[in-house]
Amino acid sequence: MDSITLIASVSMITAASSTCLGCVIPALAEGRAIVTGLTAIAQQPDAAATITRALFVGLAMIESIAIYCFVVSMILIFANPFWTYFASKAQGG
Amino acid sequence: MHLTPDEVIFFQTGFVKINATIVTTWGVMVFLVLVSWWTTRQYRKNEMPARLRCALEMVVLGIESQIADVGLFRARKYVPFIGTLFLFLATSNAVVAIPGCEPPTGSFSTTVVLASFVFFAVPWFGVREHGFWGYIKGYFKPVFLMAPFHFISELSRTAALAIRLFGNVMSGSVIIAILLTIMPVFFPVLMTILGLVVGMVQAYIFATLAAVFIAAAVRSHENPECD
Repeated sequence: MDSITLIASVSMITAASSTCLGCVIPALAEGRAIVTGLTAIAQQPDAAATITRALFVGLAMIESIAIYCFVVSMILIFANPFWTYFASKAQGG
Repeated sequence: MHLTPDEVIFFQTGFVKINATIVTTWGVMVFLVLVSWWTTRQYRKNEMPARLRCALEMVVLGIESQIADVGLFRARKYVPFIGTLFLFLATSNAVVAIPGCEPPTGSFSTTVVLASFVFFAVPWFGVREHGFWGYIKGYFKPVFLMAPFHFISELSRTAALAIRLFGNVMSGSVIIAILLTIMPVFFPVLMTILGLVVGMVQAYIFATLAAVFIAAAVRSHENPECD
């Protein structure tokens, strides 16, 4: 297998598995966070505003981990430096 | 299909590049300045204020109460900085609703600059509160060896601020662009609505985290609950 095929296939597989893992694991973590937040609201309804705000801040931090994986996938698909280097060499050489 | 509005270039000579990010940022700035100037044009005493001024006062007082909720007491000193961050980010992310415009926060340079504002604001407010040596002593506070870890954590949370905002806004724009090639009308509208919600939430998160970082630097270590 020559290097350009290897780079293309590895990039595709890595991009897909990066988004896949980056969606599954933060989703489980956010589920656990929401369960705890809902339990707390049920036990103390008048603190609901504080709990809701802290819940949203925590969810945004977990979400950002998923976004890191998505950004890496996007870079591998659309702005891949190895691909552009080898593609220009294959065209020029 | 472009990832960021940096790649849409309107005008280029030498090293000066006018791209869509710069144009949209200046548009947001002009809009905010015009609204502020129009609202504060005339202050006449003993007269019922205009509706726009009441609405904007609600917004500013709401920001002040949120900052105080987070733990930053005497919030009025910090409302200009954090309030400007929030209003600029909320308006920039709302630009996604205008057809043909992309939010300038979808470009990594905008978010890195805003996060570096927060990075430099934290010691600025800390030194104003505690004095230079008082602020430096806070780095050595729990154990003497914790100083490099405090510094590294400051750098990494600044980078996380930048990447969080960039990733959320950029992914919204990329998904809308991809869906436009697949199914032109229905799904891109849904994803634009999602992008608006995400943009407002991320603007709130950015401002709240900036307030939390400043609160951590400013609060006095003897009485953590009041200062």
